[in-house]
Amino acid sequence: MRAPLSWLREYAELPADVTGRDLAAELIDAGLEVETVERAGADVRGPLVVGEVLEIEELTGFKKPIRYCRVDVGDANGTGEPQNIVCGATNFAVGDKIVAILPGGALPGGFEIGARKTYGKLSEGMICSVRELGIGDDHEGILVLPGDAEVGADAIELLGVRDDVLDIAVTPDRGYCLSIRGVAREAAIAYGVPFRDPAAVELPTGEGPGHPVAIADPSACDRIVLREVRGLAADARSPLWMRVRLHRAGMRSVSLAVDVTNYLMLELGQPLHAFDAAKVSGQITVRRAAAGERLETLDHVKRELHPEDVLITDETGPLSLAGTMGGLATEIDDASTAMVIEAAHFDEIAVARMARRHKLHSEASYRFERGVDRELPRYAAYRAARLLAELGGAEIVPGESSAESPVAAAAIPLAPDYPDRVAGVAYGRETVVRRLEQVGCAVAADGDALAVTPPSWRPDLTDPADLAEEVIRLEGYSAIPSRAPRPAAGQGLTPVQRLRRRVGRALAGAGYVEAINFPFAAEKDWDALQLPAGDPRRRALRLANPLSEDEPLLRTTLLPGLLKTLARNAGRGFGDLALFERGVVFRPDAGADGSVEVTATPRPPVDRGPSAGEVASLNAALPDQPERVAVVLAGEREPSGWWGRGRPATWADAIEAARTVAREAGVELRVAADRHEPWHPGRCAALYLGDELVGHAGELHPRTIKAYGLPPRTCAMELELRRLGEPAAPRAPHVSTYPVATQDVALTVGADVPAAEVEAALRDGAGELLESVRLFDVYTGEQVGEGHRSLAYTLRFRAADRTLTAEESGAARDAAVAAAAERTGAVLRGA
Amino acid sequence: MSAPNKSYDPVEVSALKPEALDRARDAALAAIAAAADLDALKQVRLAHAGDRSPLALANREIGALPPAGRAEAGKRIGAARGAVSQALKKRQAELEEERDQRVLAEEAVDVTLPWDRAPRGGRHPLTTLQERMVDVFVSMGFEVAEGPEVEAEWFNFDALNFPPDHPARSMQDTFFVESEETGLVLRTHTSPMQVRSLLTRDLPVYVVGPGRTFRTDELDATHSPVFHQLEGLAVDEGLTMADLRGGVDAFVAGMFGPGLVTRMRPSYFPFTEPSAEVDMQCFVCRGASVEPGAGPCRTCSSEGWIELGGCGMVNPRVLVACGIDPDRYSGWAFGLGVERTLMFRHGVEDMHDMVEGDVRFTLPFGMEI
Repeated sequence: MRAPLSWLREYAELPADVTGRDLAAELIDAGLEVETVERAGADVRGPLVVGEVLEIEELTGFKKPIRYCRVDVGDANGTGEPQNIVCGATNFAVGDKIVAILPGGALPGGFEIGARKTYGKLSEGMICSVRELGIGDDHEGILVLPGDAEVGADAIELLGVRDDVLDIAVTPDRGYCLSIRGVAREAAIAYGVPFRDPAAVELPTGEGPGHPVAIADPSACDRIVLREVRGLAADARSPLWMRVRLHRAGMRSVSLAVDVTNYLMLELGQPLHAFDAAKVSGQITVRRAAAGERLETLDHVKRELHPEDVLITDETGPLSLAGTMGGLATEIDDASTAMVIEAAHFDEIAVARMARRHKLHSEASYRFERGVDRELPRYAAYRAARLLAELGGAEIVPGESSAESPVAAAAIPLAPDYPDRVAGVAYGRETVVRRLEQVGCAVAADGDALAVTPPSWRPDLTDPADLAEEVIRLEGYSAIPSRAPRPAAGQGLTPVQRLRRRVGRALAGAGYVEAINFPFAAEKDWDALQLPAGDPRRRALRLANPLSEDEPLLRTTLLPGLLKTLARNAGRGFGDLALFERGVVFRPDAGADGSVEVTATPRPPVDRGPSAGEVASLNAALPDQPERVAVVLAGEREPSGWWGRGRPATWADAIEAARTVAREAGVELRVAADRHEPWHPGRCAALYLGDELVGHAGELHPRTIKAYGLPPRTCAMELELRRLGEPAAPRAPHVSTYPVATQDVALTVGADVPAAEVEAALRDGAGELLESVRLFDVYTGEQVGEGHRSLAYTLRFRAADRTLTAEESGAARDAAVAAAAERTGAVLRGA
Repeated sequence: MSAPNKSYDPVEVSALKPEALDRARDAALAAIAAAADLDALKQVRLAHAGDRSPLALANREIGALPPAGRAEAGKRIGAARGAVSQALKKRQAELEEERDQRVLAEEAVDVTLPWDRAPRGGRHPLTTLQERMVDVFVSMGFEVAEGPEVEAEWFNFDALNFPPDHPARSMQDTFFVESEETGLVLRTHTSPMQVRSLLTRDLPVYVVGPGRTFRTDELDATHSPVFHQLEGLAVDEGLTMADLRGGVDAFVAGMFGPGLVTRMRPSYFPFTEPSAEVDMQCFVCRGASVEPGAGPCRTCSSEGWIELGGCGMVNPRVLVACGIDPDRYSGWAFGLGVERTLMFRHGVEDMHDMVEGDVRFTLPFGMEI
């Protein structure tokens, strides 16, 4: 809502020295979000005066018509002599009153005016257009003033060239402030000055009914008022003052009839609609749309109507979408002289739905959605008729039609100390009553309590809390003291919350940089990841209104986002990269055909707490959203340098990243070879905790690397955090101080035997004395023969309570080797 | 040393003559002094202090002396051997010192050589800032609430007093999961966690809910469709706006240091009534940049104040929707944007930096913020 200060002053008797910025500060304190104060015309400097054109000399020989004018500006130029001004416009004649700026003056935008030679003549100033004056968009010609304008008068004051305009972001609870009436009321309260209600006009009495009207559906509309005018002058134009105000408020001047309805909407907050009376047949009825009905609206869109749409109709059918947009067929045009003015109070929700359904958000629907004063229609309609009479020579047809259904004003019971209890401030009953009356409430005593009836323009006031807010905001939030919080001792972070932090620190410590990627994805990501048809990761939730059709899905894996971030970094010249992300993925259930199945969530009522069953079914309707950790890495894991060659990032680093994460959870992962997209089929590890699969790691499939434009041999890991369980508090180990007994064994095994299996067998076979196993050499070559390899391990044995004998450690080693032999076919080399 | 000898052998006793002892001692001392390095000294030690050295042999003869002469001979030999041993020790130390000097000098390196072999990692500042904010609340005794990112409209809107078709819903440009009839949205704020906490926890409730939130804003320098919020919620008996203000003040002190003034401006959120926007005094200029002639403050754009977040008293309708008696309990809530806070607290100028994952942006933030 753009509210010019001059307009507000008309209804709030603000002190003369109050500026737009002063008022903005007060209104902000009262709860209006004044976003900006535009100081229109603040840079304008006179002399800017009314002049009368005395002579016009048409200059020839130029590409366009140029006029050299003698203009009487009274004494404004200090000499009283006519001023010679060159002008490129032609829409004026000798004797017209115009606005001239004289040398030394400045127009909006710091446009300095001097006497200068142009088109061969000395021009001593400029004749101004509306746009040049900053009071409108019209630049078709210069501004011609009414004949009664006084020559030499200061045009800055006369035309309102200077004004402060407050731009207010009106919150949905303050619909009444979508009007000068509402903002002026707040301004008057803020300054404690009288407020004059622009709606308070005396209505004619004893007129009888006018154009027939009826409400067919009281749930859609509880009041409609019609007034008729006729004989509107065809050439009637809106007066300049009205056009300036519309311009300041951000609206375009269209025609007198349209301008009047817009002007009153801005001033009062009541949307109005004017139908061409000649195009309306018979009774006007407010009703819901019938099946199959259509309406072409003013924006030239032919709309299929929905049975919930609220219409203004006549005997021939729909005339307009109620409170949203008029119909094209009954539009006012240049030939219109008689019109039916409609002012009504439509149901907020009905209008909101209609506007959303037709994607038609108008100034009218915006106001109806936020609540319009139900008492306004009669006054607004009458004022519209009167303005058309005054400004357009129209005749007000006697008679007012009105249809309405009664709405009982509900009093809100309020304990007088309730605002005190909300604020923690002792206001006292008297202040509470005074403040509530100030905003327009009727306050009656009801025993110890108060019965508060909000004014018709405040449909947002429904609860005691709303009333408390009115008192507290007007008394000022600055009066509220500060009391330190005193909650019971909390238990700190949960184990899972701590794990999250530990995982982040551990990966960052291991050289990974965290990324936080948008969770959006596309079908082509699944293709790039080489996911086969039917892969559950292809089953993704789709957004109804994605920001971009390129990424309409919600991610089912963290990898696409990370890989794109890796590629972006690589593209910026950083090839040695290790990134990680922790976040949720979205895994909806599958329907019978394997596609996404989303069931409608329940909507329990909110006038009570939900039952346990209702909460359970709400939660059951949500998709699974497991938390995952993923890493991607490329280039050198350890950089090359003066010390020598670095070490490229490999599949093994990716697996180690998983172990780093698992270690934080206090668990040990088991690794097994797997084939799983998007990993390289020969370099993919499945990660298990016990028998449960927790994730995968390894080098990416070359096709995935190509699809995302990644550096060669890019590696990745992804695992599901919750499958690691909650970390348990570690138990202290027993540290033996007895000597270690070390035994090295080299085992020949088949080339396809995984090292992890050999090691597991050694561990199992070695028994309790084993302290550690370490693979220190892998050898393939002639000595072990084709299809075999040699794995050399150091086994360290130690007992908790004694020094081991050579026989004991030897026996343990033999047992280890025997187990490896039995389970993996390993043969001890050199045996 | 051999055992005391019972049979005397007068022939060998000449070794114990004082002159002979002195000679042996002097020879030893001279050799020690002449030893040029540790290897030479080792040879000297063998020759003059070893088992076959004259002094050692002389020592063996003591047992062969008649008992009356033993004490005196023992004393003399002991003195001689002591002098040699001391000289050896001293020379050993001198030579070791010389060797160390030489070797350590030889081992000198250029310590200014770069050694960036270990890859550096870092956590995203949005993560660490969020943790830091959470920690301020946790230090006040709050616990950390959680909730899903794809959320039921009932939690995101209905229970928070956003009536269906109310314009407040359209204020929060919502991502809907297809189709809209499913009633699933990407949560538009962290406030559904208020409802979840009130439904699952015992009263009183003091929780902080950090998390990722979504609105259909195009990405630009100051907006992102995906962003982070954090909000504190307190529901207890007898809470007032004074407690709200106290909670906000405690958070500001914890995050930005003590002594900063806060102010509240009336505002509107469906789930709080009354509602307010909170500003805090600029923690850099402390309002000084507003004064005429003062230098500009980049943190607050010389406004003196920084917009911090929104807050209010929990709307009794929210309590009712959570099955809580609003006549007995009241509450406050305070929330703020993590991205915005990162921007003004650390001078981040463009939202793109926070979402693009460029390692050059993230690395300097390290592990904590």
